Amino acid sequence: MNDDKPRSLKMVSDSGDVVYRTVARTGGIIVLVIMTAIGVFLGFRASQALGEAGLSFFWTQAWEPDANNFGIAAVLIGTFIIALVAVTIALPLSLGTALYISEYAPRGLKQSLITLVDLMAAIPSVVFGLWGFFSLQGNIIDIAKWISRTFGWIPIFAVDGFSDDPLSSDTVFTASSFIAGIVVALMITPIMTSIMREVFSQAPVGEREGALGLGATMWGMIRSVVLPFGKGGIIGGTMLGLGRALGETIAVYMIISPVFSIQPHILQSGASSISSLIALKYGEATTFGMSALMAAGLALFFVTLVVNFGASAIVARSRSGASS
Amino acid sequence: MTTVVNVTAPDETSKDSPRRIGALRISDVLSLVGAVVASISMTSIIYIYLAPVGGVVGYFATAYVLFLVAYALLVSFDENMTTVRDRMVLVAVHSLAATVFVTLVFVVVFALVRGAEALPHLNFFTQDMSLAGPLDPLSDGGIIHAITGTLIQISIALAITIPLGLTTAIFLNEIPGAFTRFVRTIVEAMTALPSIVSGLFIYATAILMFGLNKSGLAAALAISVMMLPIMIRAADVVLRLVPSTLKEASLGLGANNWNTMWRVTLPTARSGLVTAIILATARGIGETSPVLLTSGFTAAFNADPLHGPMVSLPLAIFQFVKSPEPTMIARGFGTAAVLMIIVVSLFLVARAIGGQTVAKKVKARERREQWKRDVREIYHAIAATLAKTDGRVRNNLSSASRRKALLRIRQQLAYIRSRFRSKGNKR
Repeated sequence: MNDDKPRSLKMVSDSGDVVYRTVARTGGIIVLVIMTAIGVFLGFRASQALGEAGLSFFWTQAWEPDANNFGIAAVLIGTFIIALVAVTIALPLSLGTALYISEYAPRGLKQSLITLVDLMAAIPSVVFGLWGFFSLQGNIIDIAKWISRTFGWIPIFAVDGFSDDPLSSDTVFTASSFIAGIVVALMITPIMTSIMREVFSQAPVGEREGALGLGATMWGMIRSVVLPFGKGGIIGGTMLGLGRALGETIAVYMIISPVFSIQPHILQSGASSISSLIALKYGEATTFGMSALMAAGLALFFVTLVVNFGASAIVARSRSGASS
Repeated sequence: MTTVVNVTAPDETSKDSPRRIGALRISDVLSLVGAVVASISMTSIIYIYLAPVGGVVGYFATAYVLFLVAYALLVSFDENMTTVRDRMVLVAVHSLAATVFVTLVFVVVFALVRGAEALPHLNFFTQDMSLAGPLDPLSDGGIIHAITGTLIQISIALAITIPLGLTTAIFLNEIPGAFTRFVRTIVEAMTALPSIVSGLFIYATAILMFGLNKSGLAAALAISVMMLPIMIRAADVVLRLVPSTLKEASLGLGANNWNTMWRVTLPTARSGLVTAIILATARGIGETSPVLLTSGFTAAFNADPLHGPMVSLPLAIFQFVKSPEPTMIARGFGTAAVLMIIVVSLFLVARAIGGQTVAKKVKARERREQWKRDVREIYHAIAATLAKTDGRVRNNLSSASRRKALLRIRQQLAYIRSRFRSKGNKR
């Protein structure tokens, strides 16, 4: 018998193919270089300040780089406080909106609502800042007051210097992490909604109809089919929202009045975040001060990177799981 | 062998009207209305006599909580616990979605309404702020410098990101391998890069290292760094949707990769790619923080991206509202309205282009052709009628016969209109 060896195939790439591959690969490499350069250059510029401050950079609260007394303890925790307030508010909002669009909305309305959510994700953050500062702040103070009066015994809701005197000034409640958190919550709601909606809509039709056919109510079906299938999307979308919330700059900067000490009372005036610290201090910074700001930026960069990697891993896994 | 089939007369079964599924019962409506009335009245009483919370937001919050309680109570009178729970979720989901949509629309409308004060002044679009101080009225000064700045910066950013972004998206799709997967992971993680970090990066490299001044170019570079991952990801998704059969057919006919890309893949994905570009543009135009660090601030007109500070729309808003003067704040809102209008129209253009498929395009063209034919037909009908009656009207000048002739024209027109309408309904 003749031995059945596969005919050896030889790829002959003509000049067009070579050019094509080279161009495409070069594009990919340039983008990769830019993206890694962000981390490298921030680290390079930050090294001066980091070398000077050493490990105390992580637990100093003040920000006086020229007196060599600076650290990100206060701003990093402040960033997380604002982001956590935002996620706490945005999670029910986006969960409800995603469920409404994927389960309850009339068929004709669905596509327009999806478009509307996408459009909302493109609203500039400075417009949210305007709304937060000029409209929300005045209206939300009463709620903040009520929370602090009713739940003031819980430490984070306590407000120093608040008395129940109706004539006392409201300024102790303005420019707080709470208000900044609400604004950021609205900014991250669209992106969280669109991820959750996408995952919900992939919940298998067979199981949905099975649940309804067995006599489940709408909620029974959602609880036993849609939510378990969409769990990864909920977690991943929330983490992606958290990543956005951590990096938000202008809207937060416009609302908060910066403090450089750990400020756990979310309703009380005074808050801080890394990005607003940079926006606040870059103008007056000396060379060394700029280096310190670069170090703060680097910290923000790594935190968001970790959160985003986690989020995209979870979303990707839940997507492949849902489709199988 | 024959099979006997019992055929029942169709009208025997169709007498029963089908059971209505999912229709509203009177008790559903009544319990909803009852709960609304109960909650509003209770809230009003609480507000007048007890007042635990003040303000409009507090009123609505209290009313909503009371509404939930009242509604649960009313439903539980004639339904079991499972249904009550279902209804509560239904109400909660609807109200959460309504909250989100109403608030987000309100954010946009708020900027537009507050901006309406500055927009009617024509000088707002033709002057810069170099000669107008904070105390000057709105009839002095404008934002032409910010509009120009935004246009120049976004053009430079697009000139960088479109070639680079699309090439990378093609790379991610066409040249598989471990390296591609790595690049994709990096790009995906960068989509949520804090925008201030991209500003810092350009500050660290272009300004501190290469000695570029704070300028429009530096701002454009910062915007590009921020837009690049967004565009790559959107274009990547679109390119993945191009059917591989098309590409294989092209390769099978002897085209090389380069030709397949230019003549098959890119034209097929054209509308999606345009959408990706426009969406990234909409995000890039609205970014403040990268521009804040890199472009500097000026109140004067500057169309040179290489020298001197150059202000963009979001940065102008940011600087305007820092001032305590009401006119400056009005200018800030006016600028925000202009920015919102630009972003929304870019978005709508993107949707209009992105929503197009070949089938839809063909259908739209058919509809246009049909419409043209209809119009032509009606035009001829009207012309014929007029020609017929015109001679008669001229010959019989008595008012009675003229009235009759006019009546006839009207009848003809009504007939044509009814025909047109029935045609429209058929489609």
